[in-house]
Amino acid sequence: MDDLGFILGSYLVTFGSISLYVASVVRRSRRAGREVPREQRPWT
Amino acid sequence: MSETRRAFASVRATARLIAIKDLRIERRGRVLTNQVLPFALIVMVMFAFALDSDAVLERVAPGLVWLATLFSTLFVIARSFAVESADGALDQLRTSGAPSAGIFLGKALALMAQLLVLVVVLVAAAVVLYRADISGQGGVLLVTTALAATGGLAAVGTLYGGLSAGAKGRETLLPLLVLPVVAPVLIGATRATESAFGTNGIAVSEGWPWLGLLVVFAVLFSVTGAIAFGSLLDE
Amino acid sequence: MTTTSERNVTGTSFTRGLGIVTLLGIVLLVILGLFVSPADVNQGESVRIMYAHVPGAWLAYLAFIVTGVSSAAYLWKRTRSLTWDRFAGASAEVGVLFMGISLVTGSLWGRITWGTYWTWDARLTTTAFLFVTYVGYLAVRGLGGSHHQRARRSAVLALLAVLEIPLVHFSVRLWNTLHQEASVAGRGTDVTMDGLMLFSLFLGVVVFTLMYVWLVLHRQRALALQDMVEDTGLDAALAARRAEAAV
Repeated sequence: MDDLGFILGSYLVTFGSISLYVASVVRRSRRAGREVPREQRPWT
Repeated sequence: MSETRRAFASVRATARLIAIKDLRIERRGRVLTNQVLPFALIVMVMFAFALDSDAVLERVAPGLVWLATLFSTLFVIARSFAVESADGALDQLRTSGAPSAGIFLGKALALMAQLLVLVVVLVAAAVVLYRADISGQGGVLLVTTALAATGGLAAVGTLYGGLSAGAKGRETLLPLLVLPVVAPVLIGATRATESAFGTNGIAVSEGWPWLGLLVVFAVLFSVTGAIAFGSLLDE
Repeated sequence: MTTTSERNVTGTSFTRGLGIVTLLGIVLLVILGLFVSPADVNQGESVRIMYAHVPGAWLAYLAFIVTGVSSAAYLWKRTRSLTWDRFAGASAEVGVLFMGISLVTGSLWGRITWGTYWTWDARLTTTAFLFVTYVGYLAVRGLGGSHHQRARRSAVLALLAVLEIPLVHFSVRLWNTLHQEASVAGRGTDVTMDGLMLFSLFLGVVVFTLMYVWLVLHRQRALALQDMVEDTGLDAALAARRAEAAV
């Protein structure tokens, strides 16, 4: 079936790009977190 | 009541001073006549190379006029705020206590005057290069369209130019911000100009609703700009 | 200062629980959407794309609304706080991500169903403009300057977008009616939805909402951390200069 690639592709694009975004947010927060002590974070 | 009247008078006086100042700078620097206009004209010639057919050119002439206007507008906006951010001129305006609505309207008016010159030259180029044809009634439509469209472009340009003034990388940021916003101007002005030129046998009367769109756009962004410009200026 | 690299910087027990539920939801959505739910009478198998495409588009619109409201809250003097600005920024970023995704999945769906990746339909075109507008918004946030300078610039820009989008939509619709009949009317999306399909779509909306909340919370906290680092970095630099001057 020709459409199979399109359908799987759309799910891959969706969850793939969200995963990449999550990875980038986590990476940035870890880098910034190294310089901010735990007590200063309002959510802890 | 006299309070509001005084405020309005102050806005008007500021707008006049700023507009005259900007036009004087332009007259001395001649950036519009020596750089922007030649650029716009070469773009018109390039379009002819790319499209390579008299019939096609005649049909798309209105769109090309306004595309060339949009691209050139970006340079004029950049110039208008490069003047302000040099030597901290914008900071001095900020602290001078002049009403921000007046500063906005003054800069927008100066911008509009320059854009009008640009449009006149580009329409003339379309007549010469693309065989565009203007009848008497179409001429009236064309003039009002040019006024409304340049008014809208000037308001948006001043607003977003002020927003990105003095920031790093503003040359590339400005088109990204401005072009999506002015899409309605491109659509409206192109359709109205098609009627004025009689492209594809479109009647002049079909152009007036598009003019309405342009007027609404210009008024909305002028009012918003006059209100919002202050919060962009004071830091 | 903590020298060891922590694994979990912006998480709390709430976001951890939320994350687990979200992951389970994603797994369930993929199973339901790709395998369990039936093919549509009109659209065939391509309807499966809808379970990711439609919730993505809806949540992107919601994200931009949140950005607009947070920006207004920042500009209003009584509620002025950089937290609003960070929420606006985080929400816009997630919105751009979701909108980008739904533009791609939408054009894949269109290729199957309409035979073309793109049509100049007013809704589609407006969506594309919305996407570019918020890409520009994110660029403005990255311009630099003080935190409040960034917040004020971007808040004004977010409110201008509220003015821009209806104008663009209206003018594209006017332009469009000259060229073609609205092609979306004949889509047949919600004509023959059976129970399981409707449930999959509903699940999609729930999952995307959970993802949105999780992403915005984490991104907002990451932005707060980055702001703090910039502040302390500035303080440290100032202290160093003062120490230099004292010598």
